[in-house]
Amino acid sequence: MKHLLATDGLEPALATAVLDTADELKRTLLGREVRKLPTLRGRTVITLFYENSTRTRVSFEIAGKWMSADVINVSSSASSVSKGESLRDTALTLAAAGADCVIIRHPASGAAQRLAGWLDEAGTAVVNAGDGMHEHPTQALLDAATLRERLGTLDGRRVAIVGDVLHSRVARSNIHLLTALGAEVVLVAPPTLLPPGVEALPVTVSHELDAELPGVDAVMMLRVQAERMHGGFFPSAREYSIAYGLSEQRLKMLPEHAVVLHPGPMLRGMEIASAVADAPSSAITEQVRNGVHVRMAVLYHLLAGEDEK
Amino acid sequence: MSVLIRGARLYGEGDPVDVLVADGLISAIGSVEPPEDAEVIDAAGQVLLPGFVDLHTHLREPGREDAETIETGSAAAALGGYTAVFAMANTDPVADNAVVVEHVWRRGRETGLVDVHPVGAVTVGLNGEKLAELGTMAKSAAGVRMFSDDGHCVADPLIMRRALEYSTALNAVIAQHAEEPRLTVGAQAHEGEIASRLGYAGWPASAEESIVARDCLLAQHAGARLHVCHVSTAGTVDVLRWAKNRQGPGFISAEVTPHHLLLTDERLATYDPVNKVNPPLRTGGDAARLRAALAEGVIDCVATDHAPHPVQDKDCEWAAAKPGMLGLQTALSVVTETMVATGLLDWRGVARVMSERPAEIAGLPDQGRPLVTGEPANLVLVDPDAAWTVRGAELASLAANTPYEGMRLPGVVTLTLLRGRITAREGKIG
Amino acid sequence: MASRPRGAAEPDGERELLSSGDVARTIARMAHQVIEKTALGAESGDLPVLLGIPTRGTPLADRLAARIAEFAGVAPPTGALDITLYRDDLRRRPPRPLASTQLPVTGIDDRVVILVDDVLFSGRTVRAALDALRDHGRPRSVQLAVLVDRGHREFPIRADYVGKNVPTSRAEEVHVLVSEVDGRDAVVLRGKGESV
Repeated sequence: MKHLLATDGLEPALATAVLDTADELKRTLLGREVRKLPTLRGRTVITLFYENSTRTRVSFEIAGKWMSADVINVSSSASSVSKGESLRDTALTLAAAGADCVIIRHPASGAAQRLAGWLDEAGTAVVNAGDGMHEHPTQALLDAATLRERLGTLDGRRVAIVGDVLHSRVARSNIHLLTALGAEVVLVAPPTLLPPGVEALPVTVSHELDAELPGVDAVMMLRVQAERMHGGFFPSAREYSIAYGLSEQRLKMLPEHAVVLHPGPMLRGMEIASAVADAPSSAITEQVRNGVHVRMAVLYHLLAGEDEK
Repeated sequence: MSVLIRGARLYGEGDPVDVLVADGLISAIGSVEPPEDAEVIDAAGQVLLPGFVDLHTHLREPGREDAETIETGSAAAALGGYTAVFAMANTDPVADNAVVVEHVWRRGRETGLVDVHPVGAVTVGLNGEKLAELGTMAKSAAGVRMFSDDGHCVADPLIMRRALEYSTALNAVIAQHAEEPRLTVGAQAHEGEIASRLGYAGWPASAEESIVARDCLLAQHAGARLHVCHVSTAGTVDVLRWAKNRQGPGFISAEVTPHHLLLTDERLATYDPVNKVNPPLRTGGDAARLRAALAEGVIDCVATDHAPHPVQDKDCEWAAAKPGMLGLQTALSVVTETMVATGLLDWRGVARVMSERPAEIAGLPDQGRPLVTGEPANLVLVDPDAAWTVRGAELASLAANTPYEGMRLPGVVTLTLLRGRITAREGKIG
Repeated sequence: MASRPRGAAEPDGERELLSSGDVARTIARMAHQVIEKTALGAESGDLPVLLGIPTRGTPLADRLAARIAEFAGVAPPTGALDITLYRDDLRRRPPRPLASTQLPVTGIDDRVVILVDDVLFSGRTVRAALDALRDHGRPRSVQLAVLVDRGHREFPIRADYVGKNVPTSRAEEVHVLVSEVDGRDAVVLRGKGESV
């Protein structure tokens, strides 16, 4: 693996290898007093964030530090980015300064792929930590890790992805990864929040959450971004919550073993009831915990052995 | 000073003939002995056509002389076989007054490689709010007969109605960039499967089609002439067919760009903004319908929407990039590839869509004329059997943002004459 | 581990150094040595912990423990210690899947830990294992048992228990085969372009 830019086109065998590594790392670190491995000693990892994100950035930072990499955080407000420096120049500067890996979050779809193109020559690995409405591959990997843990396997499991699929990079990454790993995916959303051309994706589509819940092994609730509420995508927060929110009532419609996921940050009371978020079916804190191990695994696969190529 | 083009096939038809050009006119056609001072060009059976007319060019001067100037853009035009181009008004300052349009017109004359006709803005500052002084621009030395806010849509139906009505007194045409702005907020790529997969905010076909439908109705009620810029969707073709049938000839015209004939949104997977353009690259189905519509005449002509951008505006992330592509030097080749090689158009058809119809739409009396004795010698000689590989860095434009980089395309312009004077020859100016 | 094949082409020649029977006898001998050196007996206090280094050290540790149990009447706890994340040559190799680290429930604190590996070569694997061990606890002492010592050390490391010393050239490869992984027990020498 040279870069991790998307789950679209990611070889299932490679995805599984990353997940297996993450599992092993989790077991290795379990209960250890010193959660630090020397694996990436001397490697420099830079997080380059053009959007605010606490959980993803922190998760990558911890992952890098637990692997003994030197992790440096660059955010748009604190850097020359705010002085109007182009992404390309910023990227080349970081590579010249010795970055072995750049983890980028950017509001423009495709920004990570562009970055990878510019950094190819320097041999710097690029991890997409979320690009516009395109993909967020490590989120999908940590979701898959969590589901594997809870359900044993993804093969033949049915996962509902509920909410703003249109604008969601998490949904896109999950659609590709979960189906590649053998799961069935059903998208549940109002027509205004489904991507046009959704028929071309390997999914089924529904507008009725209640009809889908009894038949799924997991339900992934997507965040409803505040700006969508005023964008005319649905009439009101109340109506959205009534139609697509995961209430306590709806939790009871799920099979006993079913898992509830949410990429966070949650809007309690909007897309997910507070009691549901804290229920035993909810794997939301496990997602965060697994996020660190998955990102360690990604860094391991990118940075251990890159000289071989 | 005269030029004898020896052995050219007019419109690619019939036997090769000699064409003598003198005093800016075609002075003889047939078997001609060269006068003593004549420059003799051996055409060797190449295709002779009337010089091309581009209704849609961005020459960037004044304002963005780092991307293109009237001089470099004129050179690209001449090398592309053009003898007249229309320079869009979205310069800085905007060509919304007589001073700017006269400046552009004069700079074009000084350069002398192609007739540069400034397009006047419809509204002040392209803001879509207040009509620009269309009459003053029409009466200026530049003699503006085409007005457009291109780059922006005249979205307000009342302003559009007034512009259409007002233009009737000026014998002018309003060229609309059809894009309902409310439907394209943040839009980055053709709304559909590919944009959804790649995470581009969608640019719906309906944003174009709804404005075209509205404007056709407004133009009809005003009895005005409407020209639809860069048609990009199959739906627009249907609307145009309906409107033209309803309205009769002479009122509604439309253009298509070479890139919408050849390129599709399949190219967007690289996120390389060289493919970013407004309107966006559409589907293969749209491209096929556009070709058919051009062949049939529902779309009248080809216009380049030549849009140079400096490297920093393209070598960046998609969302930050400027939309637009170079087009002047590649238009003939793309038309050859998409229309001639496919059998959709013969060379007489190429003359119609690249020269005659655009000249008519813009009301140019000396362009797009028949290849007969006594007509102005605005001519282009095309080698239909040659091919070339496009290299952005080798194009005459200051910018290099061609989406055809590295592509091998058929059809090479070997000679361009503007009023009897050689402006380009074998890929070189003059 | 440094002597394992890494996608190498078919060797020019292969010589068997130890047969399946030799391997069994060697392990038995090593078991006796462990018993003697650690003074193991029925009345022993804390038993030593045998940690195999994956891949082939793990089954070897299990076998060694089984023989010790047979001879001494007490079964020392066993486990596996994966050292991949502690290697100093990661940059030079394609990323490899991690093997499982399994420590016995007794833990390793204040125990005698015997690391078990198939081949001792440069000593880098053992060095990495010592680093890994440190992150898992604080053994009273650490010993090393290897089936084959082929020389060419790059670190000041020596084994406490050696099944067989095999003088080799650097160009040669020593392969320990164990039935759990390879389908048969043997130790073979593969030359690289040298006649064997």
